[in-house]
Amino acid sequence: MSKKRLGNQTVRFVNPPSIISTGSIVGPKEGMGPLKDYFDLILDDDSFELDSWEKAESKMIKEAVKISLGKASLEASDISYMFGGDLLNQLISTTFAARDLNIPLFGLFGACSTMTEALSLGAMSIDGDFADYVIATTSSHFSTAERQFRFPLELGNQRKLTAQWTVTGAGAAILSSTGGGPYITHITTGKVVDFGISDVNNMGAAMAPAAVDTIKTHFLDTGLSPKDYDLIVTGDLGIIGSEIALEMLVKEGFNMHKNYTDCGVEIFDHKIQDTHAGGSGPGCSAVVFTGYLYKLLLEKKIKSLLLVSTGALLSTTSAQQGESIPAIAHAVSITSEYN
Amino acid sequence: MTYVYTFVVGGTICVIGQLLMDGTKLTPAHVLVLFVTSGVVLTALGIYEPLVEFAGAGATIPLPGFGYSLAKGAINGVKDKGLIGAFLGGVEATSGGIAAAVVFGYLMALLFSSKTKP
Repeated sequence: MSKKRLGNQTVRFVNPPSIISTGSIVGPKEGMGPLKDYFDLILDDDSFELDSWEKAESKMIKEAVKISLGKASLEASDISYMFGGDLLNQLISTTFAARDLNIPLFGLFGACSTMTEALSLGAMSIDGDFADYVIATTSSHFSTAERQFRFPLELGNQRKLTAQWTVTGAGAAILSSTGGGPYITHITTGKVVDFGISDVNNMGAAMAPAAVDTIKTHFLDTGLSPKDYDLIVTGDLGIIGSEIALEMLVKEGFNMHKNYTDCGVEIFDHKIQDTHAGGSGPGCSAVVFTGYLYKLLLEKKIKSLLLVSTGALLSTTSAQQGESIPAIAHAVSITSEYN
Repeated sequence: MTYVYTFVVGGTICVIGQLLMDGTKLTPAHVLVLFVTSGVVLTALGIYEPLVEFAGAGATIPLPGFGYSLAKGAINGVKDKGLIGAFLGGVEATSGGIAAAVVFGYLMALLFSSKTKP
């Protein structure tokens, strides 16, 4: 039995990796939201001075990596591995960024759960003594996601009220075997959960059961309870999905009304910004964590955080064939101090 | 009064489309196909022609109006050319609209580039 495992799905690190630096870039709409003061770079133009949104998304990852390297006074060559992914076919945003960065890459697809998937694998490779520095990245872009999953923007479709708004943003976090925190102490890796919801305009409801499953498993595996965390944050359940998740957790015996929120709820002002059910996309939990939550941890405004990025694992083909939406959630437990 | 009828009939057709998008899982593409084909069927059944006489552009401009033109063209094609006219007539009658859509669509694509919704 591995001495680092707790229960069925959780790992407790013996030498918790330190998150020594982060970088976050967002688009103009996110830059007008309530968290605007926390991001490293806000783009005036979501094409990032390039001729396609796909190129812009890739450049956002590259620049977010460079920002985080700069803050830590590191070079790309100091990083042993990049763990990253995005929503586009064949992970082109990530792979094209890694082509220029010249860092060994593990490309990941976890849809919107990618940030915590990347942090989990990065933390394991550091605690396993396979690397001193790794970087976890992910991104999304409203206009590339619309083209990938929905309709061309030129069609001018109306959005359903339950639909969420894909965040334009990229986040990068450097993990190190040394450093003064915040530390990743535990990870709980989620299973694929499917409650049979097939409405692609209501992803939050499809992903809520996956978040609930992972959060519940995290508490059972570790023996912790919601009050052990200053903040428990899901990735992009949005307004509808986060309410469903809260209710389901109460039924499971976990009351988190006081210290729970969702990145998709936090990133936009939904009354003013017309984003309907909230933000979504891998970039949502990526920029809310690397921008906002990381700074709260650094300033010790929160001392312990459970970050649970949530992903809907559908494709346009599976949706057209009438399949329901499988979902996944990965939890990463982060503390600002570790004894 | 003709203006009022036109507005009411055209508006009602659009309201049905909006209700279908809001209340069902149909996408705009589904609604488009549904409206054009229902225009064809209603014309073939003789229901749409009186609506066009009553409301003019209120019935011909919305999507079922395109189906109406297709069906009417096919019916006239059969009268003029026999059964082969069923294949020729529909597109002949709507050729102006189709060519205009292609030409203006192309021009707009040249003149403007798409942008993210604000």
